Amino acid sequence: MTVYDALIGPFAEFDFMRRALVGVLAIAVGAGPVGVLLMLRRMSLTGDAMAHAILPGAAVGFLAAGLNLFAMTVGGLVAGFTVALGAGAVARATEMKEDAALAAFYLVSLALGVLLVSLRGSNVDLLHVLFGTVLALDDATLLLIVGISTVSMLILAVLWRPLVLECVDPGFLRSVSRAGAPSHLVFLMLVVLNLVGGFHALGTLLAVGMMMLPAAAARFWARDLTAIVLISTLVAAASGVVGLLVSYHFGAPSGPAIILVAGVGYALSVLFGPVGGLLPRFVPRRHLEA
Amino acid sequence: MASGGKVLAFRNLTLGYDRHPAVHHLHGEVPAGDMLAVCGPNGAGKSTLLKGIMGALRPLSGGIELAGLSPRDVAYLPQAAEVDRSFPISVYDLVSMGLWRRTGLFGGVGRADHRRIEEAIAAVGLAGFEMRPIGTLSGGQMQRSLFARLLLQDARLILLDEPFTALDAATVADLVALVERWNAESRTVLAVLHDFELVRRHFPRTLLLARTPVAWGATGEVLSDGNLRRARQMCEAWDEGAAICAPERAA
Repeated sequence: MTVYDALIGPFAEFDFMRRALVGVLAIAVGAGPVGVLLMLRRMSLTGDAMAHAILPGAAVGFLAAGLNLFAMTVGGLVAGFTVALGAGAVARATEMKEDAALAAFYLVSLALGVLLVSLRGSNVDLLHVLFGTVLALDDATLLLIVGISTVSMLILAVLWRPLVLECVDPGFLRSVSRAGAPSHLVFLMLVVLNLVGGFHALGTLLAVGMMMLPAAAARFWARDLTAIVLISTLVAAASGVVGLLVSYHFGAPSGPAIILVAGVGYALSVLFGPVGGLLPRFVPRRHLEA
Repeated sequence: MASGGKVLAFRNLTLGYDRHPAVHHLHGEVPAGDMLAVCGPNGAGKSTLLKGIMGALRPLSGGIELAGLSPRDVAYLPQAAEVDRSFPISVYDLVSMGLWRRTGLFGGVGRADHRRIEEAIAAVGLAGFEMRPIGTLSGGQMQRSLFARLLLQDARLILLDEPFTALDAATVADLVALVERWNAESRTVLAVLHDFELVRRHFPRTLLLARTPVAWGATGEVLSDGNLRRARQMCEAWDEGAAICAPERAA
């Protein structure tokens, strides 16, 4: 097998591989920065909670209208936004911390979803919702994914300053501006949007992997926020490409293959990353003069 | 110094938590251009007073008047700033946040602003540290960069909550000089301080607080042995069954 056959052939030959490639690259562009912000805001597990919250919405959409892009997207968005806004509102209005409120909301959402699904019975195609269909992206789905990435980029560009400032020094942001709470809510919505975009390709649960694994890996390679965001996006994109190739050559399911490749990237970063990785820690170089 | 007019007025102000007063019946005015030290034992309500001025805490009764100032004209350095030291951000970017009042959410940072940021960093003696991540700074360097941010905020009223705690003499001297420079630019400074020597040397006026105000006026008279003893004796106790404060006792 030549290098061409291994790396380029699959994409050149098959339309569905090219579509999958566009899909994962678009997801990487949106999920990379969102994942970094989630991690830096110490909300790494929030993404997972939101994914669980979206699942019942998408499942209800699926039950109501079958494998219908619109119904599943709307269902996922409604469930996700309800949980994000509800938990955010409870956290700001009462003394409960946001993580506890989020846990309460997503568990209720999940139970409700499981209840609705089991009432209807059919759950063969539901595997599509759980694990995605990155190799069967049609035009409408691709447009949705690319649209979500574009919107994410635009919103992040606008809200970057308050989002970063609220992580670094929330007290200072409160003293100069009231933008903290609204931008936090918009950010939660961005998380939901990107998860909904990701679940068509990777499934609701694995979509979080495309956010958090590259972000966690990137932290080991740079000390500067901009660099971390860039590295995270690159790792996400590379995981997508390599994961698709692995899945093509070895016949592995593509969603898990992509996330596992990202997992390998994370493991390598933990081992060899220059910023706090294991190798630099165990093989210390001699200290400097000043 | 006091260049006519007041910037801040307390109108029989009571601030507190769960109906228990932490600042009790404070009445008085802060003239524009004042350099006022707020002193008192722990639990005397000093930090609570600053939070009240910032609007982070609603008065239980009475009120605070910011005369001719919008909340954006007030800069506040809290006792333990909630800065996340592990966040990957450079000294330069941290300091540049002080421009918020000019740039707001979306405004750009122009060439003149870049110069102002560099000048502010140089003014606090951190030139050369611009690109260092904040996680690598010492406690004193961190406080210096927070002062550089205050400098850029260009506020009319500056509230400092124990700004010199846990700093060495050289750092304190540098930062006090900066505060005096602000005051010379006819900005009003309110600083919570514990070091009476420092207060006597640099702050002409003092408010001695022990929940209830003990004395307010020229520093030399306020920080008398008698006043300080009285302030210490006014207990810090939180009386769960405290009676409702009767208005006539207030006067």
